[in-house]
Amino acid sequence: MVVVGAGIIGAAIAYECAIAGLSVAVLDRGPVAGGTTGAGEGNLLVSDKPPGPELDLAMMSLRRWREWSEEHEFEYEPKGGLVVASTPEGLKALDGLAAEQRTSGVESLGVAELAEYEPHLAPGLAGGVFYPQDAQVMPALAAAALLRHPRVTVHTGVTFTGLEGGERVTAARTDAGRVPCATVVNAAGTWAAEVAARCGSDVPVMPRRGFILVTEPLPRIVRHKVYAADYVADVGSDDAGLKTSPVVEGTAAGPVLIGASRERVGFDGRFSVPVLRRLAAQAIALFPVLAEVTVMRAYRGFRPYTPDHLPVIGPDAAVEGLWHACGHEGAGVGLAAATGLAVARGLTGADPGLDMSPFRPGRFA
Amino acid sequence: MPDADLAVIGAGPAGLAAAGAAARAGLTVVLLDPAERPGGQFYRHRDGDDGRGHHHWRDYLRLAGDLEGVHYLPGHRVWHAEPGEPHVLHCLAGNRDERPVTVRAAKIVLATGAHDRALPFPGWDLPGVMTAGGAQALWKGQGLPAGRRVVISGTGPFLLPVATGLLKAGARVAGVYEANRPSAALLPLALDPARAVEGAGYALALARHRVPYRTGRAVIAAHGEGRLESVTVARLDRDWQPVPGTEKIVTCDALAIGYGFTPQLELAVQLGCAVEDGPDGSAVITADAAQATTVPGVWAAGETLGVGGAVLAMATGALAGHAAAGTTPPGALLRRRARQRRLAAAIAAAWPVRDGWREWLRDDTVVCRCEEVDHGALKRAIADGARDVRSAKLLCRAGMGLCQGRVCGFPVARVLGVPDRPNRPVAQPVRLRDLAYPDTSRGEHR
Repeated sequence: MVVVGAGIIGAAIAYECAIAGLSVAVLDRGPVAGGTTGAGEGNLLVSDKPPGPELDLAMMSLRRWREWSEEHEFEYEPKGGLVVASTPEGLKALDGLAAEQRTSGVESLGVAELAEYEPHLAPGLAGGVFYPQDAQVMPALAAAALLRHPRVTVHTGVTFTGLEGGERVTAARTDAGRVPCATVVNAAGTWAAEVAARCGSDVPVMPRRGFILVTEPLPRIVRHKVYAADYVADVGSDDAGLKTSPVVEGTAAGPVLIGASRERVGFDGRFSVPVLRRLAAQAIALFPVLAEVTVMRAYRGFRPYTPDHLPVIGPDAAVEGLWHACGHEGAGVGLAAATGLAVARGLTGADPGLDMSPFRPGRFA
Repeated sequence: MPDADLAVIGAGPAGLAAAGAAARAGLTVVLLDPAERPGGQFYRHRDGDDGRGHHHWRDYLRLAGDLEGVHYLPGHRVWHAEPGEPHVLHCLAGNRDERPVTVRAAKIVLATGAHDRALPFPGWDLPGVMTAGGAQALWKGQGLPAGRRVVISGTGPFLLPVATGLLKAGARVAGVYEANRPSAALLPLALDPARAVEGAGYALALARHRVPYRTGRAVIAAHGEGRLESVTVARLDRDWQPVPGTEKIVTCDALAIGYGFTPQLELAVQLGCAVEDGPDGSAVITADAAQATTVPGVWAAGETLGVGGAVLAMATGALAGHAAAGTTPPGALLRRRARQRRLAAAIAAAWPVRDGWREWLRDDTVVCRCEEVDHGALKRAIADGARDVRSAKLLCRAGMGLCQGRVCGFPVARVLGVPDRPNRPVAQPVRLRDLAYPDTSRGEHR
């Protein structure tokens, strides 16, 4: 089989399929982790998802990530997430969400004394909820580790150009020749619509731009992933305009990462100083101690989003042998493990372990 | 409302010439530079400096004395340049009392210069090893020699003034090792009277101090317990692979290495200017005959277009100033630029960086000093699917540290076999509060 895309989704699918006994060729026009995988924080989050199919997928994924972390080295850090509310009303809504999430297996803990979790948080916040299952990985390292499986071959710098075959797929065409195969998986992330079009199909995946600020390395002054309750609303928002909410976390390597912004501006890669300013101001509001901390770098990425904010996972509605696994928006790293499992199980005729119908590619028709 | 018609970034030979030409043509000009004094790297000097030991010092005095009508802002570091109408330059000013300053200008001349290029080899991270430019800056800026007994290694004509500078500062120069064999290529130099005299002066100084100048040789390893004590010098073949059996040990307490210069292009890239491969392997700004970049209202001058020396930089700077002001430049300026460009091309061809230096690396040789990434880790990242500088950074952290790949970008790109394309949206470290609240801090420009 052929997987198009050497990001975390393509790597997860290749790895799980290889474990299931398949030989996998992974193609990417760029390097490993050269797209959205290399432009995010590497979140494995359950805290930001309301109950529903995405949360179920995230829970399944979290379990698999934990198993992967025992076999591979990719800076897996189960540090937990702390969601904070500035007002009593906000806290009430947050507690309500946590109660609902609990029915899906999400563990959480109401926190009245925020300083016990994060001593440097701004005073005056109403409270928060701690999610011990939230974790983080270094996603590029994770993708590289998974792609090292002996039944996986990686072809970087190779562009997928289309399918061969009549009734069903017989080969993948590339700018470096054809690769015979019965299955092609579109794991091209934010660029998945382009790959689908080359297969005579379509998936409605579009880019949603985000920026991240990276500080100088610091001692652990931010212990968890900490974000404001508004973030959950921003993630699910259909607003095309700029949305920012503070997301602050320390990393094992020392720098603090500061997000998160969301804008629908196509593939406009330019940096926006006003967005960076808002991220900085919101981070300082959450952690006043950061005011004197230095930003060393900033980076930008494009999340692959779909009209209903759910990923596209499953066989193409028309082209036999073509599968899609894309459109995970900002949750691709977190959802990668379950996506890999579900595709591998689907291709080998096994039970996916979850109702995958909400993610079926044909749902937009 | 823009603060000025034109902002010139960089007060070296190119920037000074650009600012002067534009101001004389009637533009209001802001000249920004990170240093406390004008002159850039080339005319780096100290208080009360009489210019002895500086080449073309009279040119400097003329340029620096010609800044009437130019609003000169020393100590200003631009961390981000935003294109628009007007263009907006986000700066940090001052040292101990750093503050954010925003400068708006209808037009920009980029004269951001170049920084030293080093190649890694075993031991290059020992204290006592520095860039040739660093050794030069120590002498020009503070009158200090880099060490008592100094070895110089690398390639290019720049090694010669570094050697004579060290001699003037009182150091012993144990040897100058030039990796190329540029004898035949010296011909075009001789065609330029000013340079021939310059070159003869260096040769005389080296001879008088009995400094060995050896071509086709380079320092391929540095040794010492905790700090530099000696180096291994070897003869190189045409591709710069060390010739076995030719290694010899030279004792020294300082080593200055210089393998050319890399143009500083982060502000150009932030503005959206197209860049291309320069003649010596580093990227340069794409510019037309009038020094215009691909972004409207942005011109480029000096070493950002490829390293060519101070005389060429002054010519392209003055031309950029004329172009920004919309005035016709004197024909002599165009002729000088053409002549100096031919010379720069000949020099670039005579002093290339050959790929054989990669044979100097061992697996445990540090490639990225900030993150302490060694050559073995870089090779593993390549095996894991790194194909460009960004993916190498993600997979092994090379270039992720404080210098953002300014030092290791060129060698890492060469090991990967790809062009080095600078992409640093935050060009200078900036405090979060200065980023968040630029307008509430003190010292807003004007």
